[in-house]
Amino acid sequence: MKPLIALLRRDLVLAARQGGGVGTALGFFLTVLVLLPIGVGPDQATLQRLAPGILWITLLLAVLLSADRIFQQDYEDGSLEIMAMAPTPLELVVFIKAIAHWLSTSLPLSLAAPFLGILLNLHDQIIWPLIAAMGMGSIGLSFIASIGASFTLNLRRGGLLISILVLPLYVPILVFGMSAATGNPELVMPSLLILSAIALASLVLAPIAAAAALRAYLK
Amino acid sequence: MQQFANPTRFLKIANASLPYVWAVTALLFAIGLYGALLSAPADYQQGETVRIMFVHVPAAWMALFVYTVMALASALAIVFRHPLADVAAKAAAPIGAVFCFLALATGSLWGKPMWGAWWVWDARLTSMFVLMLLYVGYIAIWQAIEEPGRAALIARIVALVGFVNIPIVKFSVDWWNSLHQPASVFRMGGPTIDRSMLWPLLVMGLAYTFLFLALHLVSIRSEITQRKLRNLRIARSGDR
Repeated sequence: MKPLIALLRRDLVLAARQGGGVGTALGFFLTVLVLLPIGVGPDQATLQRLAPGILWITLLLAVLLSADRIFQQDYEDGSLEIMAMAPTPLELVVFIKAIAHWLSTSLPLSLAAPFLGILLNLHDQIIWPLIAAMGMGSIGLSFIASIGASFTLNLRRGGLLISILVLPLYVPILVFGMSAATGNPELVMPSLLILSAIALASLVLAPIAAAAALRAYLK
Repeated sequence: MQQFANPTRFLKIANASLPYVWAVTALLFAIGLYGALLSAPADYQQGETVRIMFVHVPAAWMALFVYTVMALASALAIVFRHPLADVAAKAAAPIGAVFCFLALATGSLWGKPMWGAWWVWDARLTSMFVLMLLYVGYIAIWQAIEEPGRAALIARIVALVGFVNIPIVKFSVDWWNSLHQPASVFRMGGPTIDRSMLWPLLVMGLAYTFLFLALHLVSIRSEITQRKLRNLRIARSGDR
């Protein structure tokens, strides 16, 4: 347990001190939010209708763009290899690294995103369900992103490939994340439950898949 | 070269059986196409466009079937570490992607006169589209990783992760669409399908299956040959 906690602390400290983490991702978010009204026109009603979907899709992209941070640097400086040789199972290492990515990137983003929705005239009643749905969904986002990051560990142009591999896997999260944000209060709870089911499944399955892919690269 | 000991036996069997597989494929296509284009009646609502169904529906079946074959082969590759299983999975992917594309393309050819649009975001169309993306991702991973041994290890996991996801995507997309618009116009065929249309459809399904078998054998064969060539080249450049 001790090495895992040390690893979690290390990853969080690295994410906080290195820069280019949440701050950059938030900047990405704001940039998309500025481009959107320019693209579709400043009509308030249109923006309100589009807001939840745009926020979700921007969240998916922001998480995806930060996914290579999960393993890349540790692979390049060789520490991933040492983690793989350590007695701690690689699956648990992957689990902790995905948790660190969730805590440092996905979770803060998903808590902030609905408030940025105010810029898009997001309906007040949707903000809280959207925060809950994004917070719950972001677990799945980070863990599925860790699978994609392990697939494209040392590939040049891995960024494009990871989006083809991971975005189709995000479809269920997007579907139920959006159903929580329709404004229909009866749909919120069931959607959150399904999102938590997806999160639990990805907590278990993603580390297994990602660790297997990492082993292939470390051979 | 020992790792090709078994593939050599495979090649022998494949070479011996291929002519028969092709013959059966041709025969089934002849019967199926006769049934689909000549013997089956035009639909009273859809008219002659109903005949698109006979090339469309089996292609959609095959798109799902081939992904299953791919995932099975990948699972076998993980369990038994048999190189031939990886080759089988790799060879199946482009064929499955083409079947998937065929299903989407013929579907939209049918959709234009029937629904008045080339494409609608119906649940079934959307999940087929996602399936197509899974195929593309799988093929891309083989191409992105240069060393075939490592590509095989990663591709196995990509195939299995996709396979786990297909039912979840299917379920969620079905739910998504029924949320937004209740199913009404967007139903294939009709409530029931008449005998005169059913038998050509089933024969076409068999014909597609045999076509896949033939194409799969051919492309496994060429993949094995390519690997042999690669190994020979590496061996020769080592001698110098």
